Amino acid sequence: MYEHDVIVVGGGGAGLRAAIAAHEEGADVAIVTKLHPVRSHTGAAEGGINAALREGDDWELHAYDTMKGSDYLGDAPAVETLAQDAPEEVIQIEHWGMPFSREDDGTVSQRPFGGLSFPRTTYAGAETGHHLLHTMYEQVVKRGIEVYDEWYVQDVAVTDEDDPNERTCHGCVAMDIKTGEIAGFKAKNGVILATGGPGQAFDHTTNAVANTGDGYAIAYRAGVPLEDMEFVQFHPTTLPSTGVLISEGVRGEGGILFNAEGERFMFEHGYANNEGELASRDVVSRAELTEVNEGRGFEDEYVMLDMRHLGEERIMDRLENILHLAEDFEGVDGLVEPMPVKPGQHYQMGGVETDENGHTCIDGLYAAGETACVSVHGANRLGGNALPELIVFGARAGKHAAGADMGESKIETGERGDIEYDDTQMPVQPGEAGISGAGSATAAADGGAVTQDPTAVVEREVEAERERVEEMLSKEEGVKHSQIRERLQKTMTQNVNVFREEEGVKQALRDIRDIREAYEDVYVEDPSRTFNTDLQHTIETRNLIDIAETIAMGALVRDEFRGAHWRKEHQERKDEEWLKHTLIGWHDGEPQVFFRPVILEGENKTYEPKERSY
Amino acid sequence: MSTQIPEQEAEAESSAEAEADASAESPQEKRMAKKAESASYRDAQKKAQEEIEAAERAVQLKVFRYDPEVEGKQEPRFDEFHVPFTKGMTVLDALMYARDHYDPSLTFRHSCRQAVCGSDAMFVNGQQRLCCKTQMSELEWPVRVEPLPHQDVVKDLVVDMQHFYDQMHSVEPYFQGDENAPSGEEQKQTRENREKIKMSTRCIWCGACMSSCNIAAGDNEYLGPAAINKAYRFYMDEREDQEELEEHRLRILEQEHGVWRCQTQFSCTEVCPKDIPLTEHIQELKREAVKNNLKFW
Ligand SMILES: Cc1cc2nc3c(=O)[nH]c(=O)nc-3n(C[C@H](O)[C@H](O)[C@H](O)COP(=O)(O)OP(=O)(O)OC[C@H]3O[C@@H](n4cnc5c(N)ncnc54)[C@H](O)[C@@H]3O)c2cc1C
Ligand code: SF4
Ligand code: FES
Repeated sequence: MYEHDVIVVGGGGAGLRAAIAAHEEGADVAIVTKLHPVRSHTGAAEGGINAALREGDDWELHAYDTMKGSDYLGDAPAVETLAQDAPEEVIQIEHWGMPFSREDDGTVSQRPFGGLSFPRTTYAGAETGHHLLHTMYEQVVKRGIEVYDEWYVQDVAVTDEDDPNERTCHGCVAMDIKTGEIAGFKAKNGVILATGGPGQAFDHTTNAVANTGDGYAIAYRAGVPLEDMEFVQFHPTTLPSTGVLISEGVRGEGGILFNAEGERFMFEHGYANNEGELASRDVVSRAELTEVNEGRGFEDEYVMLDMRHLGEERIMDRLENILHLAEDFEGVDGLVEPMPVKPGQHYQMGGVETDENGHTCIDGLYAAGETACVSVHGANRLGGNALPELIVFGARAGKHAAGADMGESKIETGERGDIEYDDTQMPVQPGEAGISGAGSATAAADGGAVTQDPTAVVEREVEAERERVEEMLSKEEGVKHSQIRERLQKTMTQNVNVFREEEGVKQALRDIRDIREAYEDVYVEDPSRTFNTDLQHTIETRNLIDIAETIAMGALVRDEFRGAHWRKEHQERKDEEWLKHTLIGWHDGEPQVFFRPVILEGENKTYEPKERSY
Repeated sequence: MSTQIPEQEAEAESSAEAEADASAESPQEKRMAKKAESASYRDAQKKAQEEIEAAERAVQLKVFRYDPEVEGKQEPRFDEFHVPFTKGMTVLDALMYARDHYDPSLTFRHSCRQAVCGSDAMFVNGQQRLCCKTQMSELEWPVRVEPLPHQDVVKDLVVDMQHFYDQMHSVEPYFQGDENAPSGEEQKQTRENREKIKMSTRCIWCGACMSSCNIAAGDNEYLGPAAINKAYRFYMDEREDQEELEEHRLRILEQEHGVWRCQTQFSCTEVCPKDIPLTEHIQELKREAVKNNLKFW
């Protein structure tokens, strides 16, 4: 068994920042990550990091923009913390050597971004995430922080009191991918889950293959509610064959969208008569899909984004990077042909419920980064607001886990306080297949003997995971996980994407029920212990099933149109009823939906919901 | 195989629904049903057409296989896969297709699919390439995929990257500028200087350069192009401006297995998927080292 004060699961932007912060507080910290840190998907972020650095801007404006962008579903204490801490964090990263783009006077450049009242997006070329990730990894190397790379974390080790609020996390269990060894990691102070987004729940996404949302599922099954999972951001311009993102810059520079009939549909079909191609992400995504659904798409799949008329000179000057992406990943030359694009899953606003310190309702269990829901993005994330979230809340979680005094948190977590339960009828029983106690992975069923000894808690979990893996490896036949994953992705993309109709969402829930049952027969074909990615992906697929289900449940329950969540039968934002977060607790295999009011009272003002028009 | 069953059931259900629709009265519903019918006919036709084309245009992949503990794979061998070709298909897409449809034990690293994570550098048709960034249409078929040469193979296309990481770590790959820079304020850097280091900061640690380098193959302790480039990135950054630190960095680079090993063969520069002018950077550092040594004459 390995032992550290703080264990950080994940080496992306959030995990690295958390580890550095914990280390600075004097903790013995280790990062356990399934990819080497520099391979994390933070490296794919292009646009930039929002922070109010300059004269004429201030954190209150940033907070205001973020709250408005969230469609009033962000919690004010979190939103204000983000805006207040971001400038200092960005400067800190600069002091660590981040190669930001510069102005003539040598200061860090900032640019305008959608939904911002001031150009406050700091950036490093079109590769901001890459530089952020590498700069922080360099600091991890400098500090000699231990990194267990290519170790796959399967679960956390949590005590088994009935009430999740009384449970304690003592570590996690991970598999060394290279050798297949399964080992316990005991954490004296805490475990921080920073495992990134769940894009693989959809079949078309800008997310990496490794973004399987493990952290969400691990926390959820340990007893932490998932919050606002129905809010999924779809990006309108991704390449059809891979999901690679074509930045908004193309439309910003004057690129146009047209359908198979040669119509500039944003105008000609009246989706956005004023803004046209520059309307917000969700509006453009829905317009594209409508075109395709009504038979005006190319190959029933995509529309075209054309920038040829901008001329070679301008394209080479400002959009060169796009030419490479289209050429390398779609085999298309953007100077001579239009580029095919379609909407793709991009970002998960919801996540593991935490307070401003990244702490969940389980003592010693934290979440940070895209995996967490603090919540700053509410119903819709503004571009450039995810990267500051990583560093601001990553650092806070790291410090808190290392024992720093961060003051009383204002955000409540867990099933307590001012909550109400939901009674929406689900079309099928969600949750664990064959529920009724048998074989439930949470050990609440082990005869009532509540184990308190931390080492024993970790050991018990190691045993459980070893057994699970043995069982999967010993099956001689069954279903391949890739078939199951494909079915899951298909139904999610078909039924719970930018368009959500009651019947469709219900169908997704029924499909997920079937898929869960199919997963009971899953088997791992590769018999090897060495670098068994078949085994790893099979475990990930189970996590995706749990996450997809919470997205669909949230989408069914929330009968209004807010931010990224569009419902055919409910075309307006219902503030009377819905200024509240959707939370889903696992309840040992039987998911339960409940709600908690959003916090709109900030430090010195209350955010009044206004119409979100730009 | 139980997944097949519910799938068929689901299909049966939805076609039953379509029939119900057809018998309904409303003209709108009738139109919809008709549309669905012709759509499904179109789909079937399209599918058949696609299958014919796919059979005509299947790519043949020859993939290196090895597993130290699985019988039949302990002796390295090549497996052949026939993958239907689609426009825009990359080598990575083809490998994923082969794994997901034919052999789940086919093992390779990959994640971002967009040339930023650096996981999938492999030896494709005899050259180090990033699989996600290489179009199948640009290659001669059959396409031969092997693990990066000069590294230990863990399994199939996965090599042990530890040595590469060790070399990267050995050049103190972190910013060591002014510890006491005033907080709340950024350090200044000119645009020119940022431009100067720009290419060197693009490295994604894929290891293609090191694998292509003859010198690295012969001298295991050679720092290698990527690590030297990393040091270049800091050495040239004007925010690290203490003379002592610069000398310290040069001493690391000048050691026996440092910059002087490079024989300017340009193989690293040729294979780098991020177009980093590695050989030039190494040459520049050699000149810096000479200048620095002259100072003490
Ligand atoms: C293409 C793209 C462009 C974007 N552009 C911007 C932008 O311009 N500005 C902005 O603010 N945001 C942007 N975003 C959003 C932002 O980049 C992400 O939300 C953010 O980087 C996520 O960081 P993270 O640290 O939470 O996760 P990641 O960087 O994904 O890291 C997750 C880590 O967890 C590890 N991990 C996962 N599961 C396990 C497990 N089971 N065991 C062990 N380790 C595990 C992985 O190895 C990895 O190290 C963009 C997103 C995408 C996809
Ligand atoms: S220098 Fe180029 S080839 Fe070498 S590791 Fe970096 S990106 Fe890969
Ligand atoms: S998959 Fe990330 S670089 Fe190719």
